[in-house]
Amino acid sequence: MTAPASAPNSPTTTDKDPYLRVNDLRVQFPTEDGVVKAVDGVSFSVERGKTLGIVGESGSGKSVTSLTIMGLHNTKRARISGEILVGGRNVVGMSEEQTRRLRGRDMAMIFQDPLSALHPYYKVGSQIAEAYKVHHPKASRAESKKRAVDMLGRVGIPQPARRADSYPHEFSGGMRQRAMIAMALVNDPDLLIADEPTTALDVTVQAQILDLLEDLQREFNSAIIMITHDLGVVAQVADEVLVMYGGRAVEFGTVEQVMRRPQHPYTWGLLASVPSLHGDSDADLVPIKGNPPSLINLPTGCAFHPRCRYAGRNGDRSLTEVPELHQVHERGHLVACHLSEADRTKFYAEDIAPSAGVAQ
Amino acid sequence: MVRFITRRVLVGVATIIAISIIVFGLFFAVPSSPAKVMCGKNCDPASIAAVETRLGLREPIVEQYTGFMKGVFVGRTYAEGTAFEQRCDAPCLGYSFRNNEPVTAILSRTLPVTVSIVAGAAVLWLLIGVSLGMVSALRRGTLFDKVAIGISLTGASMQVFFFGLILLYGTVYATGLLPFPSYTPITENPLKWATGLILPWVTLGFLNSAIYARLSRAQMLETLSEDYVRTARAKGLPLSRVYTKHALRAAITPIVTIAGLDIGASLGGTFITETIFGLRGLGKETVEAVNFLNLPIVVATVLLAAVFIVIANLIVDLLYAVIDPRVRLS
Repeated sequence: MTAPASAPNSPTTTDKDPYLRVNDLRVQFPTEDGVVKAVDGVSFSVERGKTLGIVGESGSGKSVTSLTIMGLHNTKRARISGEILVGGRNVVGMSEEQTRRLRGRDMAMIFQDPLSALHPYYKVGSQIAEAYKVHHPKASRAESKKRAVDMLGRVGIPQPARRADSYPHEFSGGMRQRAMIAMALVNDPDLLIADEPTTALDVTVQAQILDLLEDLQREFNSAIIMITHDLGVVAQVADEVLVMYGGRAVEFGTVEQVMRRPQHPYTWGLLASVPSLHGDSDADLVPIKGNPPSLINLPTGCAFHPRCRYAGRNGDRSLTEVPELHQVHERGHLVACHLSEADRTKFYAEDIAPSAGVAQ
Repeated sequence: MVRFITRRVLVGVATIIAISIIVFGLFFAVPSSPAKVMCGKNCDPASIAAVETRLGLREPIVEQYTGFMKGVFVGRTYAEGTAFEQRCDAPCLGYSFRNNEPVTAILSRTLPVTVSIVAGAAVLWLLIGVSLGMVSALRRGTLFDKVAIGISLTGASMQVFFFGLILLYGTVYATGLLPFPSYTPITENPLKWATGLILPWVTLGFLNSAIYARLSRAQMLETLSEDYVRTARAKGLPLSRVYTKHALRAAITPIVTIAGLDIGASLGGTFITETIFGLRGLGKETVEAVNFLNLPIVVATVLLAAVFIVIANLIVDLLYAVIDPRVRLS
């Protein structure tokens, strides 16, 4: 292996500091219909070797957040403020050339649908080799190719030397996602963002891919952000969970805290819509009523209030005041809800816990 | 890949045979007899019959067809044993008794004109149209993009006979910048060949590049929003490489198809352009032959045009397989 290409000067960070730190991130897209507030004041951090699950429906801002971290938004069209520190370097306001050098080398991304995310015209091996070569300009073609084959072997593709010469359409869905992972990890990135990596795959393949990601994380010691709407995935791989709704964080905590003692009615809704093998099999799944809000015209006050069966219990605060994240009595568990903690505990125990899926 | 090519060639040959049968049948089914036309106004049945024998129209249609096909491969002799006997060597595409020469002689005179016009114009429209479209897609929303769209809209809505005549007036009649268009074989004098054809090239090239610019722009914009382009950026590739290696190759594929068909179809004759600039090409020859019911020429030129389209299709299919590995499978 050759040395990585020169990059923006990186202040050395110790392993204890979170590798990724996002502070008060706001992303807005001015459109003809109004300003889309895709992400509105979100903060979180991820350490090396840890996995943060970001959960939410479509339009909750989870994918926009990840694309912003990667610097993949058109800076002319998106208004971005706040701080995104990747290994101590602030990506917000960085030039395209500077973020380009971080992309693929320090931070990499796996996308939802590997069939459309891989180029249909190029061989899998050469697509991976290209990702290596761009950050190792001194590497020869043969070296890059060898590295690509090595990576394909490491993500569990049989006969990697032969399969490297196949095209994406000749792979199965699971194999394609493995190839995508190989491409993302070819430069040993410190941060890996997986945007719904298992959504487009067969259920039987999903678990294999998640296992693979966990194994590779142990090997590479990278920080992982797992974006998903599937609480099962979060329960399996995440250390911490961030629940997003309408572009804001509504709940944050360890996977134990959020899955077993969820505090936000939206999180309850997500849990209640997951089927359970252990609860009453005759009980119906309870979907969250209504639709995700428009990011142009967010409901006033708490954005979730039109869909929340507990809204309005504190006068009109739900309608007028945007709830801030605050800590519940358990350390590190944050929630943005106007209900009192006693109420939340009571409602959860009475209404939700008996029928909720994953946590039981 | 060999199987792919073989199958495409066989399909192409079958198509041409099918077209030759249809064309042959169609023209012998026309209500007006070519013999009557040739014989003139004051004509008795006996001389019409004589002309029909001479043209071979008295024979059953199947024999006429096999005779024609035989002529293509080994040559044939018309009106054998009469005073009008004519030898037509292979590849014999028929003999025009009206012009008193083999159709191939007429084609070898007119086809180079059309090929020259189309070749020059195609180079112009592909180079200018595609690059203009690609660049405006990459600079979407800028002044460059808006001007390019404006020009291409103007171009696409204009007609050859309008734009061509304006050019002709501006460069030839009013200013004398250019000589009146004429055809000189390229083998004789390349410079004269080019100056004589520059007006038809620009006319046809400009109008078509307008269409190609719009098409390329739309294709490129669509490709830029593809997931694999985002992947290429996520890998950390420089934008220049993302555009040229990842986006361009995918965006160009449908343009190759349309360009192939357009060029193939144009080779069958660019009647309006040829007429405006007074060039005797395949298009003009065909239209005149139709007017005079000069059947041997019509049959030959229609067949030739079909052959061009079939060959263009074949080339497009092969290019497709080269560009897109998924095509090789099917």
